[in-house]
Amino acid sequence: MRFPLLALLAEGPAHGYELKQAIEQRFGSVLPPLNTGQIYTTLSRLERDGLVDDDAVAQNGRPNKRVYRLTDAGRMELRGWVADATPAARMKDDFFMKLVLARAAGIADPLELIDRQRAAYLQALRELDDVTVADEVSALLVEGAALHLEADLKWLDLCEQRMGS
Amino acid sequence: MEPVIVTRGLTREYEGGVRALRGVDVSVDEGEFVAVTGPSGCGKSTLLNLLGGLDRPTSGEVEIGGRRVEALSEARWAHVRRDEIGFVFQFFNLIGNLSVADNVELPGLLAGLSPREVRARRAELLESLGIGEFADQSPTRLSGGQQQRVAIARALINRPRVLLADEPTGALDSASAREVMALLREAHDERGQTIVLVTHDARVAARADRVLAMRDGAVASETRLERGDKTAVARLMQLEV
Ligand SMILES: Nc1ncnc2c1ncn2[C@@H]1O[C@H](COP(=O)(O)OP(=O)(O)OP(=O)(O)O)[C@@H](O)[C@H]1O
Ligand SMILES: [Mg+2]
Repeated sequence: MRFPLLALLAEGPAHGYELKQAIEQRFGSVLPPLNTGQIYTTLSRLERDGLVDDDAVAQNGRPNKRVYRLTDAGRMELRGWVADATPAARMKDDFFMKLVLARAAGIADPLELIDRQRAAYLQALRELDDVTVADEVSALLVEGAALHLEADLKWLDLCEQRMGS
Repeated sequence: MEPVIVTRGLTREYEGGVRALRGVDVSVDEGEFVAVTGPSGCGKSTLLNLLGGLDRPTSGEVEIGGRRVEALSEARWAHVRRDEIGFVFQFFNLIGNLSVADNVELPGLLAGLSPREVRARRAELLESLGIGEFADQSPTRLSGGQQQRVAIARALINRPRVLLADEPTGALDSASAREVMALLREAHDERGQTIVLVTHDARVAARADRVLAMRDGAVASETRLERGDKTAVARLMQLEV
C-alpha cells in the first residue's frame, strides 16, 4: 500500500478519501473492496517516516481536512521503487509442497492430487475468461493472471510426467 | 437431458499390441460442450475417431442418438457420419480447386438436401462465421484462421447432432485460435450445438462445460466447469495495494 499511495501523491496533494477513490477508479474492477482505515493507517506511517506531510484545511463546522503531499524524502523513496526491477514471480508453491511431501509420506496418490489441482486451475481459468472488464488496465491484469494459470497448468503436466507414478 | 453419445467399455488395440483405449465410458448430453485433454499418446484422437466412426473399436459399445453403431457396416456408418456428425481437424482438409462456398455446400449436396436449401444454409453459416466475403474465392488464399472457419461451416452444413473437433486450434496463432474458439462457443451457446473437442490448450479446454482428462487410454478425471461471476476477478487476482 505504501508505494501506490506515494505514487498517487506524486500526481499532486490529496486527502485520504480522494486517494481511495483514485485507486478504485484505476483498479476498481480487479481489486477487492478497499478498506478506508487501511489507507489512513498507511498514510500516518508514511508521515511518521517523513515520506509525506499534511496540511490541515479548515472546514465549516467539521474537523479539519488533512491534505497529504509528498516530501522530498518521499519522492526519493518512490523513485527507488519505480526504478528497481520487480523480482520474478514467486516460486513458493503450496501445491508442490503437498505433492512432494504427501508422496514421500505415502498418504496420497500423487496423480489424484494433480488431477484435483488441475481441476481447480481450470475452474479459475474459466472464471477469468468469463470476466468482462470494461477498462484496458483491468483487461491486461486479467490476461496476465490467465497466462500465469496456463503456465501453472503446463507445469502440472510436467509434474505428472516426472513424478506421477 | 438425453445423451447424444454414449460409450461403454470402449477399447482399441492396434496391431503390435498398443492398447490405445482401455475401457472408456463417456456420455455426452445434448447441447453439451465437452473438452478432452491429456498427454500426447493417451488416446484422445483414437477416442474421437471411434465416436465418429472413422475407426472401429476392438471391444465395447458406441451409441449415437440412442442407436448402437459400433457394429454398423462401413456403408451405414457413412450415412451416420454424413447426417449426424461434423468433423473439424487441426489441418483444414479443404479442397483447393473448389471455392469456399462449394467446399461448404458439398456435404449438404451429398446428403441430398436441395441446392436451394444448401445455398441458404451456406450463406447463413459463412455470414455468422464472418467469412461471407470469401465465398467465391479459393480457400488456399485464406489465412489459417479463416480456413478453419470454412472447415467449421462445412462441418455444420448438415446440422449435425454432434460436432467432433480434434485440435481445431492446434495449427493457429493465438489470436486466430481465440476467434475460432469464440465461434465454437457461439455455436454451442446460441444454437445448442453439442461439441466434443480434443485439445492440448488449457485456455481452450477451460471454455467447455466439462473437461475429461485422459491418461493411458482411460478417462482419469472429469471436471465440470462453472461460469465465473463478478466477484471472481478480485478473488482470483489476489491483488494487493
Ligand atoms: N494407426 C495406429 N497404429 C498403431 N498405433 C497407433 C495408431 N494410431 C495411434 N496409435 C497409438 O495409440 C496411442 C494413442 O494415440 P492417439 O493418436 O489416440 O493419441 P492422442 O492422445 O491423440 O495423442 P496426440 O495428443 O499426440 O494427438 C499412441 O500410443 C499411438 O502411438
Ligand atoms: Mg491426437
